[in-house]
Amino acid sequence: MTMTPHRPFPLFSRILHWAMAVPVLAMLFIGIGMVSSVSAYHQLVVIHKPLGILVLILVAIRLVNRLINPPPPLPDAMPAWQRFAALGSHVLLYALMFAVPIVGWAMLSAARYPVVLYGPLQLPPIMPQNPELFAVLRETHTILALLLFVTFLAHFGAALMHALIFRDEVFPSMTFWRLHERAGMTSSDRDSAAHATATPALAKSE
Amino acid sequence: MAEDPAASSQRYRLPSLSDRGALVKLAAIGASVVAIALCFAYVGGWLSPGRLGEARFVDRFEEVNGVHPGFRRNHAKGVCIAGSFDSNGQGVRLSKAVVFTPGRVPVTGRFSLAGGHPDVADGPTAVLAMALRFQPPAGQEWRMAMIDIPVFLVKDGEGLYEQLLASQPDPKTGQPDAAKMAAFTAAHPEFLPAMQIVKSTPLPSGFSNATFNGLNAFRFVNASGAATAVRWSMVASEPFTPETPEQGKSPDKNYLFDDLIARVRRSPLQWHLLVTIGPPGDPTSDPTLPWPRDRERVDVGTLTIDKVETEAPGNCRDINFDPLVLPAGIEPSDDPILSARSATYSQSFTRREGETKTPSAVQVPVGKGS
Repeated sequence: MTMTPHRPFPLFSRILHWAMAVPVLAMLFIGIGMVSSVSAYHQLVVIHKPLGILVLILVAIRLVNRLINPPPPLPDAMPAWQRFAALGSHVLLYALMFAVPIVGWAMLSAARYPVVLYGPLQLPPIMPQNPELFAVLRETHTILALLLFVTFLAHFGAALMHALIFRDEVFPSMTFWRLHERAGMTSSDRDSAAHATATPALAKSE
Repeated sequence: MAEDPAASSQRYRLPSLSDRGALVKLAAIGASVVAIALCFAYVGGWLSPGRLGEARFVDRFEEVNGVHPGFRRNHAKGVCIAGSFDSNGQGVRLSKAVVFTPGRVPVTGRFSLAGGHPDVADGPTAVLAMALRFQPPAGQEWRMAMIDIPVFLVKDGEGLYEQLLASQPDPKTGQPDAAKMAAFTAAHPEFLPAMQIVKSTPLPSGFSNATFNGLNAFRFVNASGAATAVRWSMVASEPFTPETPEQGKSPDKNYLFDDLIARVRRSPLQWHLLVTIGPPGDPTSDPTLPWPRDRERVDVGTLTIDKVETEAPGNCRDINFDPLVLPAGIEPSDDPILSARSATYSQSFTRREGETKTPSAVQVPVGKGS
């Protein structure tokens, strides 16, 4: 298999990334909005539950896809602390995209709220009825969601740093177009890209 | 040909103060991140302290009633009930909800008094409530919470929020502050006419002969997709007997509940679920406005309550009778009180479920069967 220099994420990975970016961000805003307005509460909560399950399904597909279609390596010249930050933030993003909807489903289960997706379609409980468990899970749901929002902000800021300041191949690897010609690209960059394929999958930024 | 690796890693240094262009970009990135965070804070209500969210709403209940850990912030005093609903099939033409197909559905629920004090003495002015949870075996749960007054007293969440404080009795006089009440009724003109209707309606002598009204309008949607505006009531089979002043002099603090417990033990109690059909034009967004008396009412089935038990872990104590837990075929109307109820019930539930529980005032004697 020949490595093309600075290959982008596989097309399906890029589609999944942007297809999830919208609902995940929407969920964070819907979630914080519904608990802050009694008049908007119901309209938001009926979107919140099915959309949360959609995110859970998408992140499961995405994790499998990531194992099948590994992301491109990070630029070789990136300093170690930035690599570590990229790895850590991506592990956290994936973990939270799983945890927030699962905790949401579990907390509704512990309180014996029906998990209605749409019309007659609903999910079974995944926890026994338990008031104390509900209280803990409800609090956990909020804390993890706020952590996901902060992690998203870091991810968004880092993506813009790569696009505008570092001007490397990280940002274009997730877009569907070329942001700018990378005039500074050198043969050593190509070499390093080809050699970095052994980096653990999650170390790669997206 | 190879570039110096040190030069390549220069790329990942933060821009120096002399690099104006990069600093502008860095500032733009920072501003973008802050802008998103501010949008989030705005949606979350942190920038609008006047917005009525569920936490502020329930804080108001606690402000007025005090905090009674483990108990509902409203309808704090109550007892659990169970039985069944026998649908007669008359509801099918109005709603495709599974509960309306002919047959029997298990029901659990709770009788309670309106108000946030779990130890309040039963009294002649108490508003009685019935909360129910219909559980068809195949899912499609339906929850409701009804009270025995004919109309609601305010038409939106803000109205209820302000009414709570305005009608709070002054500790010195035992009466609400007249000036506060006047300001409230001026701001909420629907309140006094609704109060007039409530005062002109006789109160029942107990739970067993009370009619419980859903008050808010809903939409029933049938199998062919046709929607009907409805309100519903649980009308007691037992003949209505008005409350007497003597009842209030009972030494038993729980005389309403104790009477209920005794009656259920004697024989099951029944109610008919009457669905009132509101033709287009009847107000659905304002629960203070009654519908005309001549509206068609459909008896869709019979509720039988044959068990009563003390609030305990896992029974009605730990269920939120959220009126917007609805099966397919029943939808909320445009009444804003519904969303406000759903939100505040959720907040009250979340708070009490995490608190240490103490025994309920209403204790069903054990060992005599129920």
